[in-house]
Amino acid sequence: MVWLAVNLFKDWSTFLQLSFSGLTRGSMYALVALGYTLVYGILELINFAHGDVFMIGGMITATFVIQVFDLSSHPSMSSLLPVILISLAVAMIGCGLLNATIERVAYKPLRSAPRLVPLITAVGVAFILENIAFIWKGPRPVSLPPNTLPTSAIFTLGTCPKCATYRWDQLFVLLVTVPVLLGLVWLVRYTKRGKAMRATAQDKDAAAMMGIDVNRTISFTFLVAGALAGAAGVIFTLYGTTIQFNTGFTLGLIAFTAAVLGGIGNLPGAVLGGLLIGFIQDYNEGLSWHAPGSAWTNSIVFGILILILVFRPQGLLGEQTPEGG
Amino acid sequence: MSRHRGGGLLYRSVFRLFEGIGVKDARKRWERKSPFLQRAVPPLVIAALVILVMLPFRAPDPAALVLLAIVYALYVMPRGWRRWALPATILFFAIAYPFLIQQTNYQRFLFEVPIFNSFPSIDTMAVMAIFAMMAVGLNMVVGYAGLLDLGYVAFYALGAYTAAWLASPHASQFTLGGKPIDVNIGGVGVTEGLGGIHISIWIVLLAAAIVTAVGGILIGLPTLRLRGDYLAIVTLGFGEIIAEVAKNGDKETLGINLTGGPPGINPIDPPGFGVWLADHLGLPANYLDKYGQYVNFVSLFYWSAIVLLLITIFCSIRMRDSRLGRAWIAIREDEVAAAAMGIPLMRTKTWAYASGAFFGGVAGAWFGSFKQGVFPDDFYFGISIFILSMVILGGMGNVWGVVAGAALLTYLNQEGLASMSAWFNDKVLPCDPNVQDPAKVISGGCVNAPLVATGIYGTIIVLVMLFRPEGLIPERRRQLEFETGVHDEPLMDVRHAPEE
Repeated sequence: MVWLAVNLFKDWSTFLQLSFSGLTRGSMYALVALGYTLVYGILELINFAHGDVFMIGGMITATFVIQVFDLSSHPSMSSLLPVILISLAVAMIGCGLLNATIERVAYKPLRSAPRLVPLITAVGVAFILENIAFIWKGPRPVSLPPNTLPTSAIFTLGTCPKCATYRWDQLFVLLVTVPVLLGLVWLVRYTKRGKAMRATAQDKDAAAMMGIDVNRTISFTFLVAGALAGAAGVIFTLYGTTIQFNTGFTLGLIAFTAAVLGGIGNLPGAVLGGLLIGFIQDYNEGLSWHAPGSAWTNSIVFGILILILVFRPQGLLGEQTPEGG
Repeated sequence: MSRHRGGGLLYRSVFRLFEGIGVKDARKRWERKSPFLQRAVPPLVIAALVILVMLPFRAPDPAALVLLAIVYALYVMPRGWRRWALPATILFFAIAYPFLIQQTNYQRFLFEVPIFNSFPSIDTMAVMAIFAMMAVGLNMVVGYAGLLDLGYVAFYALGAYTAAWLASPHASQFTLGGKPIDVNIGGVGVTEGLGGIHISIWIVLLAAAIVTAVGGILIGLPTLRLRGDYLAIVTLGFGEIIAEVAKNGDKETLGINLTGGPPGINPIDPPGFGVWLADHLGLPANYLDKYGQYVNFVSLFYWSAIVLLLITIFCSIRMRDSRLGRAWIAIREDEVAAAAMGIPLMRTKTWAYASGAFFGGVAGAWFGSFKQGVFPDDFYFGISIFILSMVILGGMGNVWGVVAGAALLTYLNQEGLASMSAWFNDKVLPCDPNVQDPAKVISGGCVNAPLVATGIYGTIIVLVMLFRPEGLIPERRRQLEFETGVHDEPLMDVRHAPEE
C-alpha cells in the first residue's frame, strides 16, 4: 500500500497508465479464472487443461486474422468487426465443445477414482493440448499484424510526456469481457440451467434425485467454462497480438491464482481476484520505484498463491459453490 | 493349464490345426502334460518359427540369440528362483553393459534392434540411472505417502546448485575476511590458484542431499496441511519460483550472484576419489584420465550412478517397510483413520517430503557433476511432469516399476524417440531429410517425434490413468486399492469428507 502510494506520488501518470492496462489485463484473467472456478465449484477438480483451452482459442483467432481474412496492420473498422465477431463465435463454440469433450473422454470415467487421479489426468491433457498447438502452429510465437486493434487514444489525462492515455484496444477488451460476464451471471442466476448447475455443485446426489441430469449439467458447465476461455483467448490474442503454444499454461496458472485469491468456487471472487492479479502484475512490471520487474512476475504471483493457500485458503470472498452467484 | 481352459483364439486354433492334420485329441493330450513342459515348449516353438521365417531376410545375430536364451531361461525357471535370478541378471547386465557395447565405435552396438536401431549409449544409461534415482525419490512422496508433488524439479535444482556452489570456482568472486573464498577439501581436478570452494564429490552429494531435505521440510511445513489438490498446486508454485530464482539469480537482477543467472554455473569439478584415496586404495583419483580426456569418464560415472541408484532403492525399500513407511501408506489409504490410530500426520508427511527431497538432491548434484555445470533452463515444469509420469507409468508405490518406468521414459527421451522417427522416416514413409525443417514436427513428409515428447508423456499419463491407474508393474497393495477402492476422498462427495 505504502509502496503504491509512493509510486502514485512520484509518477502519477505512469501509475494511471498502468492502472488502465492492469484493468484490461485483469478482466481477461477474470474470464479465465471464472472457468477454473466454475469447474472447481461443480467437480472439485483443478482443470489444468483450462489454460490450454484458452490458448487454443487464441490460436483460432490467429488463424482467422492471419490465414482466413489476411488482415493488414491498421485494418479499417468494417473489415475488423466481422473478423472479431466470427473468431469470437468460432472460438467460443470450439473451445466450449473442446472442453466438454475433454471432460467426457478424460474426466468422466474417473468420477469415482481417488481425487488425485483426475488431477494428474488433467495435467496430461494440458500437455497434449500444448503439443497439438505445437504441431499446428510451430514452436515460435504466432504474431498478428501490429495494431490489429486501433491503439489510438480515447482520452488523455495530463499533457504528454507526463500523461496517461486510455486506448481503444483497452476499451475493446472491456467491451467483450463485461457483456460476457453479465451473460454468465444471468445464466447462473436466472436460468433453469444455472439453477441446475448450482444444485449440482451443492449436492450431486440430491440434485440427481430432484430430476437433474447431473452428467449433462457437468458437461454443460465445462462447455460454458470452455466458451469463457475461448472468448478470453480471442481478446488476449487481439490485444497482445501474439500467442504461443505454451502461453496457456503460465497464464492458466496465473488465472488459477486469481480464482484462489478471490475464493475458489466463488464467481464474483474470481472476477475480483482476476482484476487484482492484473493490477499487481502491471504495477510490478511497470512502476519505476522499487518494483521487482517482469523477471519476477511468476515468483510474485505464485508467492501470492502460496500465501493465500496457507493463510486464507478460502480466499478473499470465501470459498463457495456457485450458489452465491 | 487351467487358465487356458477356455483358451484364447490363437490357442484354440493351434490345436484345431493339429487335429486338422490328423493328430487325435491334441488338446486333451497336451493338457495332460506337466505344467513345466506346457510352459517351456510354446516359446521355443514360436522362436523357432520366427527364426525360420526371418532366415531368408536376416541371419540371426548370435548376441541376440544368447540374450533370447537368457530371457527364456528366466521365463521357464521356477518362481522362487526367478525372484532372485531376475534382479541378479538385470544387475549383471547393468554392470557389464559398458563392456558389452563396443565403445570405440559408437555407431554399432551389441546388435541392431529393429525400429530402435541401436542399444542406448552409456551416456544415456547414466542419465537413465540418475532419473531413476529421482523417480524413486518422488515415489516416496507420491507413491508411498500419496502426496501429489508437481514441483519435484525444485529439489533437483536445489541439489544441482548446491553441487555447483560446493565444487566449482563460483565462490571465488565472494570475499570472506577480505580474501576471496578459497577452500579445497578433497577437491578433484583443481589447478593451483583456481579459487572458489572445492569439496570432494562424495561429501557434496551428502551436503546437497541435506540441503534439499531441509528445503523439502521448509516447503512442506507450511503447505502439507493443505488438501491434496491444493498441495499439488503449491508444490508447482514452489517449483516455478525456484526455477525463476535460478534464472534471475545473477548480479543484475538479484543483486548478488547466487546462481550465475541464465548461463548458470560451470564448470563444476569432475567426480573422482581424489589423490589420497587413489594412492591408498587404487580408486580412480579423477574420472577423467591423466590428460583430462573423457575416455573412461562415462563408464565410471555410469557405474557410480548404478551404485547410487542401488543405495537409493535399498533405502527406499527399507523405509517403506519401516514404521515410518507403514505410516505413509496408512495416510495414503485413509488419512482420518491413520490420524485416529495415532499417526502424527504433519510429522509423517514432512518426513515423506524430506526423504523424497533427499534423494532428489543426490540425483541433482550427481547430474550437475555429470554435466559439469548447472543451467537454469534445465529446471522447468516439464521435468517435474516427466518424473511424475515415470512414477505413474511404472506403478505408483512399486520401486521396481518406477525404476523400469524411469529407464524406459528416459531412454525414449534421450534416444528412443529420435531413433523411432528416424526409422519411420526411413522405412515406413520415406522422406527427404534435406527438406525437413528441424523446428517442425511434420515437415516435408518427415516426422520429428522428439519435439512432441511432452505431448507423448501427457498421452501416456492420460492413457495409464484411464485404463491402468495402478501402473504397468503395480504394487499389489496399490492395485487392490484401485480395484476395491479405499477412496479416502472420492471426487463426488468430497464435501462430506472431513477436512483433516
